[in-house]
Amino acid sequence: MRVMAQMSMIMNLDKCIGCHTCSVTCKQVWTNRTGVEYAWFNNVETKPGVGYPRQYEDQEKWKGGWVRNKRGRLKLRAGGRLSKLLHIFDNPDLPVIDDYYEPWTYDYDMLTTAPAGTQSPVARPKSLLTGKNMDIKWSGNWDDNLGGSQETAADDPILATMSEHVKMEFENTFMFYLPRICEHCLNPACVAACPSGAMYKREEDGIVLVDEDGCRGWRMCVSACPYKKVYFNHKTGKAEKCTLCYPLIEQGKPTICSETCVGRLRYLGLMLYDADAVLAQASVENEHDLLDAQRACFLDPFDPEVIAAAKAEGMEDDWILAAQNSPIYKMISEYKIALPLHPEYRTMPMVWYIPPLSPVVDVVSTTQADSEDARTLFAAIDRLRIPVEYLAGLFSAGDVRPVEASLKKLAAMRSYMRDINLGKPADERIPRAVGMTGETMEAMYRLLAIAKYEDRYVIPKAHVETARELDELACSLDTDGGPGMGGPGQNAGPFGQEPGMPLAGTVSNYNEMTGRGGEKTKPTTPGRVNLLNWTGGAVPQGMFPPKKSPEATA
Amino acid sequence: MTPLDYLLWVAFPYIAAATFVVGHILRYRFDQFGWTSRSSQTYENRLLRWGSPMFHYGMLMVIGGHVVGLFIPKPWLEFFGVTEHIYHLGATSLGSIAAVLTIAGLVILIIRRRLVTRVHLATTVMDKVMYIFLGGTILFGTIATVLHQVFGAGYDYRGSISPWIRSLWGFQPQPELMSDVPFFFQLHVLTATALFLLWPFTRLVHVFSAPIGYIWRPYVIYRSRDTHKGSGARTVKRGWEKAELPDVRVSPRADEPARPSRSRTNIRR
Ligand code: HEM
Ligand code: SF4
Ligand code: SF4
Ligand code: SF4
Repeated sequence: MRVMAQMSMIMNLDKCIGCHTCSVTCKQVWTNRTGVEYAWFNNVETKPGVGYPRQYEDQEKWKGGWVRNKRGRLKLRAGGRLSKLLHIFDNPDLPVIDDYYEPWTYDYDMLTTAPAGTQSPVARPKSLLTGKNMDIKWSGNWDDNLGGSQETAADDPILATMSEHVKMEFENTFMFYLPRICEHCLNPACVAACPSGAMYKREEDGIVLVDEDGCRGWRMCVSACPYKKVYFNHKTGKAEKCTLCYPLIEQGKPTICSETCVGRLRYLGLMLYDADAVLAQASVENEHDLLDAQRACFLDPFDPEVIAAAKAEGMEDDWILAAQNSPIYKMISEYKIALPLHPEYRTMPMVWYIPPLSPVVDVVSTTQADSEDARTLFAAIDRLRIPVEYLAGLFSAGDVRPVEASLKKLAAMRSYMRDINLGKPADERIPRAVGMTGETMEAMYRLLAIAKYEDRYVIPKAHVETARELDELACSLDTDGGPGMGGPGQNAGPFGQEPGMPLAGTVSNYNEMTGRGGEKTKPTTPGRVNLLNWTGGAVPQGMFPPKKSPEATA
Repeated sequence: MTPLDYLLWVAFPYIAAATFVVGHILRYRFDQFGWTSRSSQTYENRLLRWGSPMFHYGMLMVIGGHVVGLFIPKPWLEFFGVTEHIYHLGATSLGSIAAVLTIAGLVILIIRRRLVTRVHLATTVMDKVMYIFLGGTILFGTIATVLHQVFGAGYDYRGSISPWIRSLWGFQPQPELMSDVPFFFQLHVLTATALFLLWPFTRLVHVFSAPIGYIWRPYVIYRSRDTHKGSGARTVKRGWEKAELPDVRVSPRADEPARPSRSRTNIRR
């Protein structure tokens, strides 16, 4: 047993409103540079839909990920080592920029500097590759909210595997959003395909990174990743990918995309796994067994044997504690409601998803039936084959059982908690029907519905042996209920703040509003207070120079 | 033996070799980030799919041929049973295949560089200089071979050029070996020497990181967290630029008013 820790993410899809905030903030931080204009480390897809890059899920076409050969061994779908080298001069499986989209900007200067004339000036779109005027005919979210999907939906690789009538009908039945980042896989195909060995999985936290100095531009990782989450910087000739915001993670802070997520639907935490078991488990024959195979790689952080082995590997106590408190461990291993995206690619992805119940609830609520009644919902899950099959195509290699089980738990939680919130006696039959207890169901509710900041993100700091100040990237206002999270947390319930409260724009404002006074206020710029924001209440720290204490002067 | 002979066949090769070696070492030490094949496949693949493999496979054969012809002395080959006749047969048959592949591939690559706008705009000055000397070397080499080996009486460079090169290796240069070599062979040698001089400053450095080790290494690599480089402490590295329009002179067209001059507001460090 070789115990390793993996920083992992779970997204609760029911809460995603498809706002793309995560994509934009990630881009602002990481990829607003020439050469990666088209790179979206985080992107949000409408499902059903073609995805980004177009049809990336069609592995017959793109040859990403692993396959199990006749001898039961894993090999890269695009070919073994020798074949990779023989095809290095031209990678036959590489998507070209048009499979993503041609990046463009607008000629904004025109708006301000055009000479006076009879027509109002327009900012024409200009290609960022050629500088020429261009017609925008495609981009990353062309089928956002099912827009134009009469034409494109037939290209959805998962719909293509389903029966004929789905294609016509799905628009009336369901739709949901799928935010995607790099999966930081346990068995990463990108790393395996890199001829120069410039890509690696970090021993400490499992984050998969590209060594920008070691990358030689052989662009094999791009095609090998079945999720197409390595992007080729066409300007520098180097591969780039989602870093899981490691500079933040190392400080114990959530990633940009998680922190800024409007739906507060992302969870971050550790999973302990047995690195020696990964290859064998990724090679199981039946694709439907891959979900359980991956679960079998995970280790119980409470098991004394695991703890001893982890310590023997040099894992610190605070990391083991973090693994025990991990929301990821709870949702994957305890509640078993989270599922991996496309386990059939055999990379053992580590960004998991709670499948959306909303397609089912939506249908039920259009009827006269009670969409919060457990039995109604259970029946609907059994009856609504189309969304369930589609979700199974995404999260369990087509096996509907895990998806059904997960959805039923969500449905059960919905009706069980309704009774409690209405002050009715809790109906213990509901959790029992899905193999849970009322207690765990309430705990799950707290994690999923209340979703407090400190419960969503359990991130141990990296152990920095060499003293070094890590850079602070994020805004420090984003504590739970802090201004960055849209409102005061103390007196607000899970459904947001009461109306009519002052805007919490600044730290001092916020602290006064929540009655914390000036005591804890720390000015954003030390030694300064912005008087424009001072409401005249308590005296914020930093408004006056600090009193000299004997120790300070000594 | 004129001073020019010494310059061309002694000084120039040594300068080129020194630049080649020192240049590579310095670039490897200080510009790891720039050390890449700078693949342009993302922009265009229909021409590259043919051009690049043809050129590369041809080129690898050409290099193999040159190593055998130039660095391995005749008696050694004869010791292994490679007679003049066999050598000639091999050189012409394999050489022709290699030449056709290389030249056709190179033509496709150069046409692509020029005609596909996306690729053209991503072509650096150094790329152009490299293509001039690479193309020149291949062109003169082909002319010399066609003139002398195909239509001429046959020229045995293994009696002149090859010993000259080996004399350079042994630091006992014999420039006199080169003075009577046919003109196009001389040109071929000179452009090749210039190419070696430029090599470390072009994308050709990628040749030296040909990833042979991939055959033996394990698939998944684990590495420990990098602790010595502070994340914010280092200066912005080469190549990390803000997104902006490519630098093109757009000629004003009839259907649009003259383009205002672009104000460069990007702050570059
Ligand atoms: C055996 C080792 C070599 C490997 C693995 C290799 C690999 C590559 C790769 C991956 C590219 C990028 C192609 C693309 O645009 O996607 C490339 C480009 C290129 N290589 Fe090589 N190469 C090797 C040897 C050579 C040699 C010996 C030469 C010539 C002396 C050469 C000359 C070039 C040139 C000129 C280009 C640019 C092509 C273009 O885009 O116009 N390479 N090489
Ligand atoms: S999802 Fe990430 S870790 Fe997995 S293969 Fe793709 S790039 Fe690699
Ligand atoms: S973890 Fe960081 S780099 Fe990755 S998608 Fe999120 S914001 Fe982008
Ligand atoms: S920010 Fe959150 S809610 Fe908005 S699209 Fe991204 S994941 Fe969904």
